[in-house]
Amino acid sequence: MSARSRELFGLVPVAILVTAGFTAVFIVESAQLGGTSLFYGAYFLALCVAAHLIIRWRLPDADPFLFPLVALLAAFGLVMIYRMNADLARDQANWFVLGLIAFSATIIFLRDYHVLERYRYVIASAGIALLLLPRVPGIGAITNDAYLSIQLGPITFQPTEIAKLCIVIFLASYLREKREVLVVGARRIMGVTLPPLKHLGPLLVVWGIAMLMLIFIRDLGSSLMFFGVFLALIYVATARISFVIIGLGLFLLGAWFFASTVGHVGERFDIWLNPFADASGAGYQISQSLFAQADGGLFGQGLGSSLLELPQVSADCAEQFPSCGAILPAPHTDFVYSVIVNELGLFGGAAVILIYLMIAARGFKTALLANDGFSKLLATGLTAVFALQAFVIIGGVTRVIPLTGVTLPLISYGGSSIIANMILFALLLMISDDARRHARTQQGGDLV
Amino acid sequence: MNGQIVKLFAFILALFVLLLGFTSYWSVFDAPGLKANSENRRALLLEQRIHRGDIRSIDGQVIARSLPSGSGKDRIWIREYPYGGLFGNPIGYSYTERGRVGTELAHNDELIGNKSEFLSILDELSGHKQEGSTVVSSLDAGVQQTALDGLAGQAGAVVAMVPKTGEIRAMVSTPDYDPNLIPDDYSQLNSDPAAPLFNRATQSGYPPGSTMKVVTATAALDSGEFDPDSTLDGSSPQTIDGVPLSNAQGESFGQIDFATALTYSVNTALARVGERVGAETLLDYMDRYGFNQKPEIDYPSFQLATSGVYDGSSLLTAADAIDVGRVAIGQERLLVTPLQMAEVAATVANRGERMCPRLWSKVIDVDQRVDELDPETCAKVMDRRTARQLTEIMKDVVSEGTGTAAALYGIDVAGKTGTAEVSGRPGCDAPNQAWFIGFAPADRPEIAVAVTVECTSGYGGDVAAPIAAQVMQEALDG
Repeated sequence: MSARSRELFGLVPVAILVTAGFTAVFIVESAQLGGTSLFYGAYFLALCVAAHLIIRWRLPDADPFLFPLVALLAAFGLVMIYRMNADLARDQANWFVLGLIAFSATIIFLRDYHVLERYRYVIASAGIALLLLPRVPGIGAITNDAYLSIQLGPITFQPTEIAKLCIVIFLASYLREKREVLVVGARRIMGVTLPPLKHLGPLLVVWGIAMLMLIFIRDLGSSLMFFGVFLALIYVATARISFVIIGLGLFLLGAWFFASTVGHVGERFDIWLNPFADASGAGYQISQSLFAQADGGLFGQGLGSSLLELPQVSADCAEQFPSCGAILPAPHTDFVYSVIVNELGLFGGAAVILIYLMIAARGFKTALLANDGFSKLLATGLTAVFALQAFVIIGGVTRVIPLTGVTLPLISYGGSSIIANMILFALLLMISDDARRHARTQQGGDLV
Repeated sequence: MNGQIVKLFAFILALFVLLLGFTSYWSVFDAPGLKANSENRRALLLEQRIHRGDIRSIDGQVIARSLPSGSGKDRIWIREYPYGGLFGNPIGYSYTERGRVGTELAHNDELIGNKSEFLSILDELSGHKQEGSTVVSSLDAGVQQTALDGLAGQAGAVVAMVPKTGEIRAMVSTPDYDPNLIPDDYSQLNSDPAAPLFNRATQSGYPPGSTMKVVTATAALDSGEFDPDSTLDGSSPQTIDGVPLSNAQGESFGQIDFATALTYSVNTALARVGERVGAETLLDYMDRYGFNQKPEIDYPSFQLATSGVYDGSSLLTAADAIDVGRVAIGQERLLVTPLQMAEVAATVANRGERMCPRLWSKVIDVDQRVDELDPETCAKVMDRRTARQLTEIMKDVVSEGTGTAAALYGIDVAGKTGTAEVSGRPGCDAPNQAWFIGFAPADRPEIAVAVTVECTSGYGGDVAAPIAAQVMQEALDG
């Protein structure tokens, strides 16, 4: 069976999940939902098939499992969002149209992703500029006490989502070129292997950016995610675990410094350690997240059956649920994982984690198969940043690490996240297509 | 680079296993703890959507009902108490904002229709909506009203129970409160120095005064140390545990028999009886009556106080240094609840068998299936013979002794008065705590009562006994 036929078959579980999920929610909430809302599910499935056709046309050799897994996550998210508010599910499906356009445009217009190497400083500058945009007066907007988004007229955009791609591309191309000198030029000082200072400069800039984000953007989650991918790539490029330890040490030092000087960061840590100390105030979000998961048990309460809305909505909140009246704040974005565990239980949560893990496995497999250093590092970086983002937010809502506001990739409601992740997977599929085509022409066989 | 990529994947794998571990912990292993967290209001919010069952009095009045608010999936049920303050303390309240207390808490599972896991799965499959059952309380609206009227604004408590079954027909604690006000005025009620939210009938430890002599007499007669004709020294004062003790008004009775000493509540004679019986035996009989443990009643544990001899907040035993002579006449550091003293009266009335007190009599579910109270014996306190002897003496108390104000026309009443000196209590400048315990009709008892009035200058016989008479009359008429 060809890779593309596998991919098409892989979409069958997606179709089943969407159909069963929408039907279950519709049955539970039929009093509130109109019949047309069921159509949003079909709309989403049509988009999946369209994406498949584009891959079949331009990337016939790409990994057959990546896209169905991506679609499965998106389907999970769509069902959960449909369960909260049917209008939001329609909007989310619409975001997928834009995501699909970005996905196709990347594949069609960026014929060879290796050209990205040439523009690495442009891309890096663009990434940093994007990160700083939310602090520009007039367009910056504060979400949860952090400068995460920009507001242009009616559209809110989270530039960190795109910036993460820029930073990964820059790191991959920079490390591809400098990996040898970083290793060869390294000196041992007091038993510790240190990279040569000359080539360390740009990397320290990345560290500086991560620190800056902590204090300037106040976005601990993205900072953790960026720095994580930075360390992952340094390790993969140089094979020196000491670099990672030094980097981690620097990050923890910076984080500790800011935690003790910047109230915002320190408070996050305190809440993490003692979530119930102020469970109706600062610790409200995380305690509600844990309470919601406790109600889930092994099998969950069933789709559409959990308690999400407060019975009495305060009068000063005019918007619809889930913007107003949610017992667990942001159930469709930051806390969507807690809602999944609540309604589908530990098994539902485990399924989500497993899908992320399988995507990571396919992504790293792509990196293993890739022919050149840039492709390997780029595939590794894209996969790592995706997996780390999932870890940072799931870890946040399950109290593994302090809670920070990043979206759960492909599941959370939100346009910027969908578009950025669709571009991410377009790049990953292009690397995969390139690598597997070489392998196929050399071995002359089919490859899974 | 491939080796490092594989190691990186292994690291990511480890991170995700960590996520799985934490998810399992919160959703399964620590779920009971999180559900019990006092900040977790999810259960209360969910239960708001269930049509909570009514609470009715045994004479068919609606004590508590739920009214719908909103519609469709958003419909919630809000509690209303048609009688306002009349049933405030025993029944309690149930509001999402303030939780629940009293019968509303003790019978919550029935009121919201909780069933076993298996039955609720069946219900879910057959599409039944969870609905609460009606709980029929053992309280009688008429008796309850009479008791409240009898206290007439004085702080105190009345407990009336059926000796044969343990069913409580009236439980009044004054000052009372209107449970309908809880959502809006809770803070104010909670900080009120008169403590209306405090159920004096079950939570208040009062010195019992001479009503305790019924317990002492039980120990003396049932242990065989004394009989009603035993001769006692009723002179006053006498030295008890090294300290002189006097009778009321310093009256000296000389040589009197046991029955007379109890009828006229002679302190010195009965303190001597207590000393003869000894701490061990007296405390043993107290245990049988239900002292030194939380009452075995369908009521929230935190709203129940234990009766016994206290040193600060710890209960004393026979091994501790206790002035047993003064315990025998209801002094020393003895503290009792009105519920406990009602049990004492009911036990004598029920020929020595102490029935477990109960605040419910029936549960009727949505399909009209009825679960009825099956009365339970909590302890065998004394022989029938002892109980009969005590009843005869307690009849004398009402016919000729200190409790004549409790007499009913044409019906024999048995009882015992008590007046504890409480002068110096904060917030009270009157000297006494007045008591009456008793039952009627004496030979075929149908109702037993305990009445106490806080901070009064009157005596048990003239303040508490008349209230007891009214309550018993109402219970027998109704």
